Amino acid sequence: METVATAVEREPRTYLNVDHTLKSWLLTEDHKRIGILYLIVITIFFAIGGLFAALIRIELTTPAGDLVESSVYNRLFTGHGIIMVFFFLIPSIPASLGNFLIPLMIGAKDVAFPKLNLLSWYLYVIGGSMALTAIIYGGIDTGWTFYVPFSTGYASGMVMLTLVGIFINGFSSILTGLNFMVTIHRMRAPGMTWFRLPLFIWSLYSTSLIQVLATPVVAVTLLLAALERGLHIGIFDPALGGDPVLFQHLFWFYSHPAVYIMILPAMGVTSEIISTFSKKEPFGYSFIALSSLAIAVFGFIVWGHHLFVSSQSVYAGMVFSILSYLVAIPSAIKVFNWVSTMYKGSVELTTPMLYGIGFIGLFTIGGLTGLFLASMGMDVHLTDTYFVIAHFHYIMVGGAIMGFMGGLHFWWPKITGKLYSETWARLSAIIIFLGFNLTFFPQFILGYMGMPRRYHVYAPEFQVFNVLSSAGASVLGLGYALPLVYFLWSIFFGKKAPANPWGATGLEWQIQSPPLPENFEITPVITEAPYHYAPSEEVVHVG
Amino acid sequence: MASHSVTLRHHFENAEQQKDASTIGMWMFLVTEIMFFGGLFMAYIAYRGAYPEAFAAGSEKLNIVYGTINTLVLICSSLTMAMAVHSAAVGKKKMIVLFLILTLILGGVFLGIKAVEYHDKYVGHEIPGVNFHPEIDGHPNVAVQNVSLYFALYFGMTGLHAMHMIVGVGMISFLIFKASRGAYTAEWHTPVELFGLYWHFVDIVWIFLFPLLYLIDLHQGR
Amino acid sequence: MEQKSIQFFPEQASTIAHSVDGLYLYLVLVTAFFSILIATLIVIFAVKYRRRADTPTPKAVHGGLWLEITWSVIPLGLSMVMFAWGASIFFTESRPPADSMEIYVTGKQWMWKIQHMEGQREINELHIPVNRDIKLTMTSEDVIHDFYVPAFRTKSDVLPGRYTTEWFHATKTGAYHIFCAEYCGTKHSGMIGTVYVMEPQQFDAWLSGGGGTGTLAQKGEALFSQLGCVTCHQATADVKGRCPNLHGIWGRPQQLTTGASVTVDAGYVSESILNPSAKIVAGYENIMPTFSGLVTAEGVTELVEYVKSIGPAPGAPGSAPAPAAKGAPAAKGAPAAKGAPAAKAAPAATVKP
Repeated sequence: METVATAVEREPRTYLNVDHTLKSWLLTEDHKRIGILYLIVITIFFAIGGLFAALIRIELTTPAGDLVESSVYNRLFTGHGIIMVFFFLIPSIPASLGNFLIPLMIGAKDVAFPKLNLLSWYLYVIGGSMALTAIIYGGIDTGWTFYVPFSTGYASGMVMLTLVGIFINGFSSILTGLNFMVTIHRMRAPGMTWFRLPLFIWSLYSTSLIQVLATPVVAVTLLLAALERGLHIGIFDPALGGDPVLFQHLFWFYSHPAVYIMILPAMGVTSEIISTFSKKEPFGYSFIALSSLAIAVFGFIVWGHHLFVSSQSVYAGMVFSILSYLVAIPSAIKVFNWVSTMYKGSVELTTPMLYGIGFIGLFTIGGLTGLFLASMGMDVHLTDTYFVIAHFHYIMVGGAIMGFMGGLHFWWPKITGKLYSETWARLSAIIIFLGFNLTFFPQFILGYMGMPRRYHVYAPEFQVFNVLSSAGASVLGLGYALPLVYFLWSIFFGKKAPANPWGATGLEWQIQSPPLPENFEITPVITEAPYHYAPSEEVVHVG
Repeated sequence: MASHSVTLRHHFENAEQQKDASTIGMWMFLVTEIMFFGGLFMAYIAYRGAYPEAFAAGSEKLNIVYGTINTLVLICSSLTMAMAVHSAAVGKKKMIVLFLILTLILGGVFLGIKAVEYHDKYVGHEIPGVNFHPEIDGHPNVAVQNVSLYFALYFGMTGLHAMHMIVGVGMISFLIFKASRGAYTAEWHTPVELFGLYWHFVDIVWIFLFPLLYLIDLHQGR
Repeated sequence: MEQKSIQFFPEQASTIAHSVDGLYLYLVLVTAFFSILIATLIVIFAVKYRRRADTPTPKAVHGGLWLEITWSVIPLGLSMVMFAWGASIFFTESRPPADSMEIYVTGKQWMWKIQHMEGQREINELHIPVNRDIKLTMTSEDVIHDFYVPAFRTKSDVLPGRYTTEWFHATKTGAYHIFCAEYCGTKHSGMIGTVYVMEPQQFDAWLSGGGGTGTLAQKGEALFSQLGCVTCHQATADVKGRCPNLHGIWGRPQQLTTGASVTVDAGYVSESILNPSAKIVAGYENIMPTFSGLVTAEGVTELVEYVKSIGPAPGAPGSAPAPAAKGAPAAKGAPAAKGAPAAKAAPAATVKP
């Protein structure tokens, strides 16, 4: 018979404490643990990619190339791009938060194929290790876009190893997407119809659709590039009748949808956060849900907007231009619906909410600047300049990473069972927002002035804005360093989190923090629409 | 060695959900394979459109007899595979093993003929990047360089296909092993069914490759 | 380049620059409007509807289809303006005027080599007259580059194995940056130069001083003889030899042995020099040897200009090329035009060698 004291001290069983061995982590089939494994590796890659960014920005404070040589600089921006795109952004939200939350949100015990899920993580680690090895051995200077003939005939370094690493990583992405789609199709709890799903699930489903359909194309493209480089088969070589622009078409056929892989999950997170911290059902739920699908589908038919000045035909260009405007409309719909959710809501500016509204603002700017680039005559001047760099960093950093940070802060209590310091977290969010804008807004101006991208040395008139940008980067770097500290601190010393610290709706908040290994003691049955907020007296407020 | 009923993995509610999930999973995987091969088909379309005569000249260097035999072999192997699935569905263990072995043999024949063809290409200096200088007769207007594009795609597409065949052959061996130990019953034979889907897919890819690579301008009787 | 304290725009130095800047202004205004609108609404709502201790749970607000349609259609309309305006500018940029002054550009790692028709060569510098239409015909010797002049607001990729074109009409004298705008390796950021836009008299003076080794076409004629082309491709018109007579073929369709037809332009001529078996004229054998490796990219340009100069217009070969290039499409595409209507090979005009 246990005493009261021991009954109180005994911790509830969670997916974290059920087994502490290394083997139980490295051979886990639990989607929650796999999500955490991904989170750890993703963070490592972010740090490495961020280090390269820091070196780039330091070099660019002066017009001359005085920090590193050109060949090293070219390896820095190549490494930054490859790591950030393939090994950080593409997996980020889906593989960490998606893995953790999808079964919880739909009322399932795990994903459809848990072993495949673990395999996906190993493929990610193996592919990433190959790319890192190539970087450690001096890096490659192809640019993350690997344009031919440069990458196949002129670039130096371990290009083949990098290509193989990205290829293998692609399978991680494909299998994760496949797993998520089957899970969402077949493992929903009774009563969880499609239009009762949380918007985060809609966004992850759309993301998975893209991962499954687009990634194989880049796989075969990189395979062809590797064969060209290794065996000179001539498939892209003009001397043999090949066409270097064919590579661009095949590459961007994946890489444009890829950017929607990066942003859709962040949009899903934003929907959850805005709703929770306005304590209101998302305005236009079906429109937000269907716009995710629309973005996924339309995203496949706009790739030619990367090829306006490549010698692509004028008429093809016009088709791609008009379609690129059409793909922007669903995103606009989301922004208006999010803002309308706050209207007559009950708004609480917690850390996740700060990231959520920051996302909306920065994504709006990023998305609108995309419209500049979709306009052909405008793109002629702006393509391959810093304007493009500013545009995609507004979406990927101001958008996707803010979404990721918001999601991390929102679900951290659920994942770890601990609370972090709200004060430090809010401060970091503000620092990140300010640092980000200072870093990337000047780059729009630099782009219009004509500063090309991937430039190691630049004309003196570009220095002023480069210095501002680099100053912003230091602030941004500080902003990203802080969460590392307070999140780790919270794991060891943070207050215990209740099941539902935010008063949110959703199945994941009905269960304990951290969850049981099997998620639910009994399978939930869903009987009402999503986002039904309880009367306020029942909610516990977070200090 | 007694047959056992369905093993329900812990995260599924019931056997039907489990089977459903794995079936959808396999279909989705095959869709990704279509996209994977699709990139090569796109390159083929682009280059054949630009250099039709070079493609015709390259196509002539392929052995139509081998190609036709291989096509028939694969179609038969799909038949034997379908019979294996049927045998599993009616619970006839010996027939499952028999048909799987037949499928394996046919798959092996295909790969063997492919190996012979590849060897011929090697001898005939028709491998791009490896001493490429084929003899092109009867096509005075064709640039040899452009023919290498045809062969690059030939090896790329049939090579990728052959790799999928090799994986398939490996899987069949595993299935034969399991089937011979009674793993598949009328109640549960999902791996056989799903592998059947894969095998049929690989067959269908070949059905596209054969005319596109072997039968270009055949009617012109050169 | 004038060094202002803080610039936001490059100089507006071409006719198209004004249009592009106008479109930019429109885009900036739309972006600013919506960004400020969204940001303001967020701030207002965050303040006005902030949660207080006694705030009850809000009721869901339902919008409805009309609101969604409205805020989809308005952005769509604004976007279509962006599309149409941009497409119109691009269309203009893709059609060099027929009587443009032509200049050849060859990009290679890591420099720009420029050849004027009159024979002048430059490296990393481009001298042009103000208020003239200038058309650049460009190719690369190695990887993909891009010839970008921010002050003109134009750029175009420069590809190996084919020609691309870029045209502009400079409106202001001065010196302007040339940047390579397609990453091309180690010294990509060093592959820069200057466009010097000069008054017409100064330009003529510059042109005639130095580099008097003859026009491109004249150099091409010399090469034509030096490389032995003249032994097969007869020097005089109206003679059918073992190879097609090149007099009067520029800009005209040529029937090939495959039955297809191709228009004789820079791409076709350069391909015929470097990869002769790719296309054989109907009625001839595949006996022309390739000159790949025997002639430089500039040499190919000179030969192209020579063939152009002995084109349809009856005139002494070797003179400044006649504007018979009207028939030749701007070679922004593949080396050979496909699908041109089949026609008999043009009869050669009588021209003195």
